[in-house]
Amino acid sequence: MPLVRALADPPGTAALDGAGWTALITIARAEQLLGSLAYRLEGRPMPGAAAAILADARRSAEQQQVQALWEAEMARRALAPLGVPVVLLKGTAFAAAKLPPSIGRSIGDLDILVPRESLDAVEAALIAAGWKWVKDDAYTLHYYKQWMHELPPLIHRERDRMIDVHHTILPLTARPTPDAAALIADSVALESGLRILSPADIIVHAAVHLFADGDLAGGLRNLWDIDRLLRSSDAHAGFWSALAARAERHGVTAAVAHAARQANALYATPIPREWMKWSPFDAWSRRRLLARDGWGRARRPVTRLAFYARSHWLRMPPAMLARHLWIKARDRRG
Amino acid sequence: MPRRYRADPRSERISVEMEGMAVIYHRPSGITHLLAAPAPEILDALSDQALDVDGIAACLAAEFEIAAEDEIAAVVADRLIELEGAGLVARI
Amino acid sequence: MHSFTVRIGPVGFRVGSAWPRPVAALEAIYAGYPGPRDGIADFTVRLEPERPWRRFVRPSVAIRGDFILPDAVPMALRHGFLAAEMGMNLQMALGQRRFLLLHASAVERDGRVLLMTGESGAGKSTLAALLGERGWRLMGDEFALVDPVSGLIHAFPRAVSLKNAAIAMLRAEASEDRFGPELDGTPKGTLRHLRPRADAVARMDEPAAPALLLFPRYGHDRAIRPMGEAEIFVRLTQASTNYVALGEAGHAALARLVKTVPTRAIDYPDSAAALAIVDMLWAEQAR
Repeated sequence: MPLVRALADPPGTAALDGAGWTALITIARAEQLLGSLAYRLEGRPMPGAAAAILADARRSAEQQQVQALWEAEMARRALAPLGVPVVLLKGTAFAAAKLPPSIGRSIGDLDILVPRESLDAVEAALIAAGWKWVKDDAYTLHYYKQWMHELPPLIHRERDRMIDVHHTILPLTARPTPDAAALIADSVALESGLRILSPADIIVHAAVHLFADGDLAGGLRNLWDIDRLLRSSDAHAGFWSALAARAERHGVTAAVAHAARQANALYATPIPREWMKWSPFDAWSRRRLLARDGWGRARRPVTRLAFYARSHWLRMPPAMLARHLWIKARDRRG
Repeated sequence: MPRRYRADPRSERISVEMEGMAVIYHRPSGITHLLAAPAPEILDALSDQALDVDGIAACLAAEFEIAAEDEIAAVVADRLIELEGAGLVARI
Repeated sequence: MHSFTVRIGPVGFRVGSAWPRPVAALEAIYAGYPGPRDGIADFTVRLEPERPWRRFVRPSVAIRGDFILPDAVPMALRHGFLAAEMGMNLQMALGQRRFLLLHASAVERDGRVLLMTGESGAGKSTLAALLGERGWRLMGDEFALVDPVSGLIHAFPRAVSLKNAAIAMLRAEASEDRFGPELDGTPKGTLRHLRPRADAVARMDEPAAPALLLFPRYGHDRAIRPMGEAEIFVRLTQASTNYVALGEAGHAALARLVKTVPTRAIDYPDSAAALAIVDMLWAEQAR
């Protein structure tokens, strides 16, 4: 798969012809990895048109990060008077802490983690500072607050940017239930006062987000994040046992091991031998992750549907799932 | 102790004057604002030092050579709400 | 996938289609245009069936590609060429990062550029097409590309989109072989596309400096009004889809445009009046 090959082996791109570059760029865009790829290939000899497209991508990623970090700063200003810990998650966290995955990374919404008991106060402060609900119907608000791991999405009236406020990293209805208090207790403060997860928890979160929570959409980017994080942490003595212990603490050992194996298979990330055992589920996941053609289309619809069903099965007990799907279908028809 | 405000250093704003208004590109946010007096002057004052409403009013009074500082203070208070909402000014 | 590639000025496109007809229409109207530089497309558009079974039964064309509008209404296959054009516009509007993009037409004379911007229906496409038949070089009818570094306008000569009455006007001036398929029953009425003249295509890689900016309004009594700089700046940010994404460079490019290019709002009852106003204002700025 051209994108994975190019990220894992930049010099190999010397063999690409025009059609090859076109396909690579299209796939990278579809997987939201064009900026990361552009930095990975920076300075390499390549056709002028490719160099120009990648230069645009680098500049674009930089400006996106400025805007994403600004959203974090405005959230910080709105929430500072509450005195609660505000932990940045995902892309914004990488950028704020200048972690390796932040290089060229595209960042969408702002994701933050706060203590569950502070949710009402956080909600009030954000609304006072100009955020409003994206969907304000009663069922959505109830469903999110009762069962999900986040407030319903909020969007800022003037800046038109979304914020997702989490109180744990998996829905309350999901089977593994991570230790949210531990995530916050072990979080690390940045200079601004905003926080990020501890080095082990960041990787745990990335793995959980990929496998236990979703249908592997955006998986290649997620695993690139994990690859960059694992490589930079690898040097620290005792890191792997600390990571394993942390995964155990949150009850997500399988997800973390799966993520490490997939990263190793795609990007040759060094991982411990004990985690290398490949299973049929790993093969299935890999097919799903690589299901993108040179036109940017997601292929293998049967696999995708299986994952979509699986992700909902993981999030909700069957009775709840039936009720949820019925209400959503009724709303769509009505 | 009255609340004090601050703005980013002047180098963080690129200002182009158009018909007496300032078109300001705010680098930390990437947002462009169109500001009329005395908002740009308030920003400049707060770039130099953190001030409360009265402190800002005193700066403006000196700059515009106006005596009625209390009237200015009312205007300043209003502008500060907008500037804070826009992210150009933060309270400390 | 039926496949079509083309270069329009500095931008290379790749268009894939599940049906052959739209690709045939693209090849006809863009015959003789160059291919993407180094064979590498900047953007990819895909015309796909909305659902797999809608490929053959009541064919329904969804516009997809690098950049997508999630709630877009699919189109009928007979409007496939329009879907391709809309797809290319969408990639530019959402993905263009090298040039500051303005919703404006651009025509060039004596090495200088007249820009016309305004909402849909204001007349910028029709006027640009008419000027293109009267000795001006058509640089584009939909998008003007401003180079943030040099301030020059780069040509983007796509097929000109003509609506309803404008079609007859241009049919009287341009040869039949330059027109694309007639598309009736679109949301905007009847559309036809006009291929730019040979010199516009041949000179697509020649940028030029902007010299006059007009905000035209069709269907009003003749009037010419000056505009304040702040108003021009704000209206141009509204006419740009990527001003924000370009950051500091976008701000500098737009400010420079506003500060250096004479600008007028013009109201006109018909194209004859508009063309006369353009001649007059152009002569003024040339002095």
